Amino acid sequence: MTAPLLELRNIETYYGPIMAIRGVSLSVDEGEIVAVLGANGAGKTTLLKTATGALDSNKGQVLLDGEEIQCRDPDWVARKGIAHVPEGREVFPFLSVADNLAMGAYNRHDRDAVAKDMETVYAYFPALRALRDKMAAYLSGGQQQMLAIGRGFMARPRLLMLDEPSLGLSPVLVQEIFGIITRLNEEQGLTILLVEQNANVALQVSDRGYVMEVGGMVMDGPSDHLIESEDIKEFYLGKKEEGVRGRRRWKKRKTWR
Amino acid sequence: MLPFSDVIHLAITGVAQGCAYGLIALGFVLIYKATEVVNFAHGEFMMLGAFAVLALSEALGWGFWPSFLVGCLSIGVVGYIVDAQIMRRIIGESQASIFILTVAFGFIFRALAGMIFGWNARSVEAPFTGKLAIGDLVEINYDRLLIIVATVIFVVAIRLFFRRTRFGVAMRAASQNQLAAYYMGIPVKRLVSMTWALGALIAAAAGALLAPVTQVDTTIGLLGIKALAGAIVGGFGSIYGALLGCILIGVIEPFADYFLPGIKGVSAYVVMLLVLFVRPEGLIPQTYQKKV
Repeated sequence: MTAPLLELRNIETYYGPIMAIRGVSLSVDEGEIVAVLGANGAGKTTLLKTATGALDSNKGQVLLDGEEIQCRDPDWVARKGIAHVPEGREVFPFLSVADNLAMGAYNRHDRDAVAKDMETVYAYFPALRALRDKMAAYLSGGQQQMLAIGRGFMARPRLLMLDEPSLGLSPVLVQEIFGIITRLNEEQGLTILLVEQNANVALQVSDRGYVMEVGGMVMDGPSDHLIESEDIKEFYLGKKEEGVRGRRRWKKRKTWR
Repeated sequence: MLPFSDVIHLAITGVAQGCAYGLIALGFVLIYKATEVVNFAHGEFMMLGAFAVLALSEALGWGFWPSFLVGCLSIGVVGYIVDAQIMRRIIGESQASIFILTVAFGFIFRALAGMIFGWNARSVEAPFTGKLAIGDLVEINYDRLLIIVATVIFVVAIRLFFRRTRFGVAMRAASQNQLAAYYMGIPVKRLVSMTWALGALIAAAAGALLAPVTQVDTTIGLLGIKALAGAIVGGFGSIYGALLGCILIGVIEPFADYFLPGIKGVSAYVVMLLVLFVRPEGLIPQTYQKKV
């Protein structure tokens, strides 16, 4: 067994006195899509921010290829090969689409390869090609999300972290973007760690999944198992289960509590 | 009534003075956009620049231009160090503490300059003397013309730098969305220090160019407050707005002094108050609200 590409070991992160992450472990192997699911405030975003150095963990380790990278500056972590596509897109509003993409490749110096990857991004997101000279602020939400993913790809990272790419998008757009995420994984061999509230679509594209609740991991497993699990069905996918007595489970209790 | 030729003369002098304010305001705006810190010691960078040129040309006997070059670069280094060693540690503290810190820097720089260079006013020999005359109406001293030319050069150079170079685009990116810039692997901390260096360098250049026109003493940094007023008039979020506001103030000043000697010296602030009443976001505001 080779070491996983990214490994979080027993991470604890505080916001001031509040413990936001209570000892979480997770691993991502090369070539995988791994999804982290959870409701608002479960600590998913905090977990990603801790992994890329935007927040410092108080305990535990973040290992990239076996090397400890926790509590460093995020730009240092990015240069190590993790591209973080933040929640809410966070494009550079006054830069053109092309400049936004170029910033993704800030630490690459092979001009030809960067130009080629720029074409690759335009091939995956044809809408962006027509908008290349437009300021990112004037793009629609979906276009900004595509730009943010493209910008992350431009770094040619070892690992791409996506924080809620479905946020605020229409169901059709969500399908489109997740289709492209799958293609990036299959065709470009990109390893992806995905954080989502939209459990349904996230479990469809991912190989494995983790479920977070109030700062801790409560479940993990292959995505096709998770999608079949009763708790996931009821609490994240909203599917109703008819009981033997023709009623829904009346105690709203999850089996892990 | 003022004869027409005098009107032109006052206006040209005003534009030159406004350009000097504008060069200082450039630094204010650059640093503000990069870090949301208003550097109240920025005028002192200008004062230090004037003294650096003076010291180099007096102590080493260098000509104006070599002293200018080395003087401005060394003040740029001072700007870098101020950010990298001190300001970086206080970022994230309350605005009030940061404000007091920059004001304190102003006092420290003034005191240092006084201890090193003396408290008396000194004069610097102008690199050019004489004046340029176009027809009978327009005439301008070369040393003032130089300030206008230098401002144009700096603005064009800065524009090219921020549009065309990877480094410049990254500085803009970092000022627009610092966290995203970090995530892209852009060394934000170093770029912010570079922004301080650039701002300090331009302010020092303004000081050095003004030195032959006015005299140099430790209080000329107070001009920075007028530059700040100009930047507020024009709109603090934009380089061109700040420049325009400064030139406006520079032109209004000599006329106000002439017609309303009662408010001599405060006309800049009167204009600033008027603009703040009518258009609090400045004449050329940065029009963009973050999309949700």
